[in-house]
Amino acid sequence: MKENLYKYILGIADNSLILGQRMGELCGHGPSLETDIACTNLSLDLFGQVRSCYQYAAKILGDDRTEDDIAMLRKERDYLNVLLVEQPNRDFAYVIGRQFLFDVYHHLFLTELQKSKDLTLAAIANKSIKEVSYHLRFSSDWVKRLGDGTEESHARMQEAIDGLWTYTDELFHQTEADKEMVAEGIGVDVTKLKETYYNNVAGVLTEATLQVPELKYFQKGGKQGIHTEHLGYLLAELQYMQRAYPNMEW
Amino acid sequence: MVTEKQHIDEALIPILEQVSDPEIPVLSIMDMGVVRSASIKQGIVYVEITPTYSGCPAMDVIGDDIISAMSQAGYKTEVELILHPAWTTDWITPKGREALEKYGIAAPLDAEADKSVLLEGKQLVKCPQCGSKNTKMVSQFGSTACKAQFQCEDCQEPFDYFKCLK
Repeated sequence: MKENLYKYILGIADNSLILGQRMGELCGHGPSLETDIACTNLSLDLFGQVRSCYQYAAKILGDDRTEDDIAMLRKERDYLNVLLVEQPNRDFAYVIGRQFLFDVYHHLFLTELQKSKDLTLAAIANKSIKEVSYHLRFSSDWVKRLGDGTEESHARMQEAIDGLWTYTDELFHQTEADKEMVAEGIGVDVTKLKETYYNNVAGVLTEATLQVPELKYFQKGGKQGIHTEHLGYLLAELQYMQRAYPNMEW
Repeated sequence: MVTEKQHIDEALIPILEQVSDPEIPVLSIMDMGVVRSASIKQGIVYVEITPTYSGCPAMDVIGDDIISAMSQAGYKTEVELILHPAWTTDWITPKGREALEKYGIAAPLDAEADKSVLLEGKQLVKCPQCGSKNTKMVSQFGSTACKAQFQCEDCQEPFDYFKCLK
């Protein structure tokens, strides 16, 4: 039970950590000042949520490991985030597409997590969802703006959605830890979110004059720690300071 | 606005009022509504604060500032960060809202109006410089996570709008 709760929290937190790191990469590199600030603001929200989760996870471990150890010093195979969030910033359409496809899920997930019997997780969800509502507005807005924009922006937004679609199904896969947490009334049954998710996504895509991809084959593995080649590079940058200067603090 | 869950020892209020939000220095943490409880037990002051946004980098500084203000008043202090109940912009006091406006930040509207401003581009946010409502949103995200960027179409000044969080 304790081990599965720990894994369950990591699954939630790792998604936000890795996505936050991807958005943070845009700091000083956004396509315009406003979007640059927006992306790094999203990143900051996600890191804040992650800290609450890792602090809780460290408490569950009950040894001398801290939130920083959990965030910074695990190996690639120990990260349990979905493949979607680790996909690289190929262009702004990919940044927005990835954010949008995750935000729709994130919002549905946190809505349910607020009802968790675990009061810490419920409190984190209750706090996070207010921020994620803004994220969802921001990313949906940009999907529409780019999709229903110029010929060029439309084509690139469509390409990003098509390219990322293969990673969406994994959001609704259950691990053993998930199943136990659902049975305990702590976790969210993600399989039940799937239909609403694809309906909501399709709604925005249609409004954005984009096609909903008709893909039948999906990628998976992130929840088991088997990642795409992109995660290693991301972690190399994320962990560099702690590896080079162990126990360094701000 | 004082909510049921807020228990603050009267004697500690003047001390807490000296501590300001590092990102909005005109606002005390009391006016911000981030202090959820403060009490003295056996000579030690216990303070609970709650973050405005999860990633708010000001929280660590606020914690340190509380400890330092309390120690000047002769108290040893422990500060704890709590997440529940989650902070809402409704907890900013009327005095705090006034201070925000004077400082050049438009105070948060209610949730309904906030939505129509940020999503439908309705002109309801008043420019803190000239008072005109002929304003437009430049970006949903501003200088900090809690604000959006606006511009006044009359006096042309850019300004921050404190987003409603509920």
